[in-house]
Amino acid sequence: MTAIAATTVEGKAPARKRRGSTYPGWFFLPAAIIYAVLFLAPTFASLYFSLTRWTLFDSVFIGLDNFAQFFREPFLIRGLVNTVLYAVITSGLKVVIGMALAIMLTSQIVARGYLRSVIFFPVLVSTVGVGITFTVLMHPTQGIINETLALFGIAGPGWLVDPRLALFSVALVDVWKGVGLATVIYIAGVVAIPKDYYEAARIDGATKWQNFLYVTLPLMRPATATVITLSFIGGLRTFDLIWAMTKGGPGFASDTVASVIYKQYQAGFYGLSTAGNVVLFVLIAILVVPLTMFLNRKQGHE
Amino acid sequence: MKHRASLLGGIAAIIATFVVFVIPFLFIILMAFKDRQQSALRDFSWPAGFHLWDNVVEVGQTRNWMMITAFINSSIITVASVTLLVVFAAMVGFVLARRRTRWNPLIEFLILAGLMVPPAVVPTIWVLQGLKLFGTIHGMILIEVAYNLPFSIILYRAFIATIPRDMDEAAVIDGARPLDVFFRVILPMLWPVTVTNIVVQSVGIFNDFTNPLYYLPGNANATVQLTLFNFQSQFSTAYNLLFTNILLITIPPLIVFLFFNRQIVAGMTAGAVKG
Repeated sequence: MTAIAATTVEGKAPARKRRGSTYPGWFFLPAAIIYAVLFLAPTFASLYFSLTRWTLFDSVFIGLDNFAQFFREPFLIRGLVNTVLYAVITSGLKVVIGMALAIMLTSQIVARGYLRSVIFFPVLVSTVGVGITFTVLMHPTQGIINETLALFGIAGPGWLVDPRLALFSVALVDVWKGVGLATVIYIAGVVAIPKDYYEAARIDGATKWQNFLYVTLPLMRPATATVITLSFIGGLRTFDLIWAMTKGGPGFASDTVASVIYKQYQAGFYGLSTAGNVVLFVLIAILVVPLTMFLNRKQGHE
Repeated sequence: MKHRASLLGGIAAIIATFVVFVIPFLFIILMAFKDRQQSALRDFSWPAGFHLWDNVVEVGQTRNWMMITAFINSSIITVASVTLLVVFAAMVGFVLARRRTRWNPLIEFLILAGLMVPPAVVPTIWVLQGLKLFGTIHGMILIEVAYNLPFSIILYRAFIATIPRDMDEAAVIDGARPLDVFFRVILPMLWPVTVTNIVVQSVGIFNDFTNPLYYLPGNANATVQLTLFNFQSQFSTAYNLLFTNILLITIPPLIVFLFFNRQIVAGMTAGAVKG
């Protein structure tokens, strides 16, 4: 980054020297050093160490063995599928529910302040705290959720102990915790829409539904892009909630790539753990880059 | 008719949010008031006696006041990293928004990469060990800064673009040097985004579980989230203590939120959505 500072100052001299010094290149330095040393360097190092058997002191180059092992183990494949499933479910639900809540909360509704606070509140509670609370609430026989369902004569499922359900239960809790942030972003998006558009639509005789479909929805595209990108990336990386609630269980039923990375790290398989990191990195690149390009291109049409 | 419909809708919304959002919190609070025996039932009952203070004291004393140490550690990490984040990210956002050079695309690419790429955990531990920062509070602070810089920079850059350049130029004519322009003219004007940044980042860093789990092992430097997590396995039957713990560590984020509540949406409008 020092190189950046030097060249740009030279390139601008001497006519714009004064302006160049008002915005000095060294302002990048503190951030650049921390970012380069603690983020970029490890990321590049991971490309090498994922190809080794590694003890942190010694590393033996073994080629693509770690990746071969990663894709040979059925439970690791399961983790990969779970990760994508989890990200799609959580970000999809956050978009739909967040948008609906934001539209409701920007309309003339009673107790608006209360509703806003209540929906945002889970964002403040730590993921571990939320995980522990819902683990207790979702207990198959003694949890409040199933005890309440039993009052209505419904036999509640084993939310976290049924291998077919565990991942979805954790995803629901994730939505419960994260939808407040999506709602705030959407509220900001709705508030930013100029009132003229609705007036024009009213003169044209638009119904409420048409208002939403042709004015609100397209003009909220930037907010939607933000919510989808943030929650989708968050979903792909998810670790803490899974770890607090199921530790990837029962069996490997709710393992995600991130929890597999932690398990391999704990077991001392550093090379394999780092290979998992590279797999996650590639997965995010393959899914998120086209997604953001799509979202931004649509934005350009307006 | 219309008013009646919206009133009914409002009441329905209040009931729905009460069941979905409020009851879990009431559950946490009620559990924190119970004694060990009653809390073991894990039901939604009224506490038989007022045991909150006993629970708080017992949580505090557990494992040689570990909870207190953890609170201090978490607070230091949060305050220090948020301070560094605000200053460093605003500096980058300022120059990035004001000066067009051929390096800008590269810097912008690195920022986006920082948002998307998952940190390479074990190589980072290896780097931290090389710097003698592994398992230290300082190392943890720098990690939080490195991981959260991209988001902060994006917020700042979008907002700085809305501040007219005349401001900088007027200050320069008055004889201000770059540091004066930044710290005395620009930074104060960035307050709305700074608030958003402080709220989002401090809540995120205080509640961070994954990074301390990897980079801050050992009991001496435990953070509140790690303490809570270990608490869960140690006191798997003492639900009163477990939920008192959850209640206690939710207080600091709640205070931050109550302080800045009104300004959050304003900051989001300025930064995230336009960006």
